Amino acid sequence: MTKRTGTPILSLKNVSKVFAGYRALNDVSLEVYPGQVLCLLGDNGAGKSTLIKVLAGFHEPTSGSLEVNGAPANFKSPKDASNAGIATVHQFGGTFPLMSIGRSFFVGAEPTKGWGPFKRFDKKFANETAVREMQALGITRVTDGDRLIGGLSGGERQAAAIARAVHFGANVLILDEPTAALGVKEAAHVLRIVMQARNKGVAVILVTHNVSHALTVGDHFAVLIHGSKADDFAKGERTREQITDLMAGGEAMAELEKELNTLTGSVEKIN
Amino acid sequence: MAKTLTTRLRDLARRPELGALAGTVIVYVFFSIYGGADFTALGGLSAWANIAAELLIISLPVGLLMIAGEFDLSVGSVVAGSSVTLALVSGYYGLPLIVGIIAALSLGLLSGFLNGLMVTRTKVPSFIVTLAMQFGLAGLTLGLVRLITGTTSIRLDGESWLKDVFGGKFDNQFENAIFWAIGAAILVTWVLQVSNYGNWIFALGGDIVSARAAGVPVEKTKIALFMSTGLGASIVGVIQALLYNGTSTGGGQSFVFNSVIAVVIGGVLLTGGYGSVLGIVLGTCTFAIVNQGVYYTGWDSDWAALILGILLLAAVLMNNTFRRLALSGGKKEVKKND
Repeated sequence: MTKRTGTPILSLKNVSKVFAGYRALNDVSLEVYPGQVLCLLGDNGAGKSTLIKVLAGFHEPTSGSLEVNGAPANFKSPKDASNAGIATVHQFGGTFPLMSIGRSFFVGAEPTKGWGPFKRFDKKFANETAVREMQALGITRVTDGDRLIGGLSGGERQAAAIARAVHFGANVLILDEPTAALGVKEAAHVLRIVMQARNKGVAVILVTHNVSHALTVGDHFAVLIHGSKADDFAKGERTREQITDLMAGGEAMAELEKELNTLTGSVEKIN
Repeated sequence: MAKTLTTRLRDLARRPELGALAGTVIVYVFFSIYGGADFTALGGLSAWANIAAELLIISLPVGLLMIAGEFDLSVGSVVAGSSVTLALVSGYYGLPLIVGIIAALSLGLLSGFLNGLMVTRTKVPSFIVTLAMQFGLAGLTLGLVRLITGTTSIRLDGESWLKDVFGGKFDNQFENAIFWAIGAAILVTWVLQVSNYGNWIFALGGDIVSARAAGVPVEKTKIALFMSTGLGASIVGVIQALLYNGTSTGGGQSFVFNSVIAVVIGGVLLTGGYGSVLGIVLGTCTFAIVNQGVYYTGWDSDWAALILGILLLAAVLMNNTFRRLALSGGKKEVKKND
């Protein structure tokens, strides 16, 4: 059982989001604590993307409220969310394939040296910092900040994006399907990095539809179905089967399995 | 972080500028052989260097814009419109040259600002927005000039130090535009590769959503880049009006495609996100060498267009290959290291 004490670093209270009559999120309440991994589970179209867009400041909730460290927060833009220490890393790392590791690490927050009109991009500092931060997350193969991001593997790109977020002081890290496009080994590597971020005291929101990955790293879980929170539980409170059934819509899954059984049965008859 | 010589060589071989350099060297050698001593003499040099200089003042900002993921197809009408503005203000109405020049450059900045504003506000592709500007401005220029002067060409006489600064020559054959081009190259190198604005430009062309999320001022940067192409084009308009002592409304249209050709031959990706000043300079020189070199061979000048077409296609294919290699480099190396 994980401890759910103290003030949540980020909490949603009865948040709904309506797009032109379509209710994408319906009365969702969630709490995220420092040093914990909250896994956000749900099938495609369950509202996971809308939820993280609300958290990241891309959408304002139609009703309900957000709180950061117990104080009401109102994100008008992604900039507001990132100022509050919330960083989002997208499926492909959200980084720039044809930029160097050092340059992409500092997009929007370029380090400079010199003064006035002679102020210039500090490439040496950028490259060294980026490489150091990536190595701190266990990516030891990367030693040259001049290399292009596109030359990294999918897992390394995720690591670069996570390293960037942690470096710029993110205390809530939203990872959108970080393992979806990766192979087994690479996915394991990314999950290890998630644990490292967690151990640094970062609150991690891991969005996934892979139950195995979620169970490996999650402290707390929330399942979304059709925009509503269907369940909310701590590690060890549900079995893998219960979670899978829930994600697929419970009864619907049982019916589907029964139907599949009749199909395979009829195939056997033909043979 | 010391790099071995082999790593350095490998990094160099991966740079698309190498292809651009090969292109420049090949066409230069080609026309040195078939164009004879006249091409390699000072006269030949000045012929293509003048073309390259005027084109470079436009292709440099066009290249920056393409790296940021946008096109500007309105530069032709901006060249024509600004040289007409100068001729109209200082020639037809006889106002001081400085007033005409300021008016011409303002036209370039204004049209660039409007392009940038429309692209960032409406999300209509810049390809269409600037094409509309190209036609709209051409029509407006032609219509107004005919209405005011009753003709389509205006003379611009009179001597001034400003005439020399923009439209003068040195050594009787080299245009002062060469100095403007060198200045533009230094300025653009500073912006793209030294200052932190360069990072924004690369990021815009690489992934605009992430760039915005990372705090890059997307709209301001784009508008500034469109204004820089407008400014570059209007400087060339001023240079041409002063060089040829007047202007006709149809001039300058070839810059639209020539600037794109030069930039792409220079290794800038059409899809944005990658490119360099050195590449753009080399691509522009390649264009100018082919454009002028053909006159020294004694062949029909039509062949220059064929060569440029082939070079453009080869460059695009090479840039795409580079892009693919750059994006798959990691996977190959993982296999090697495993």
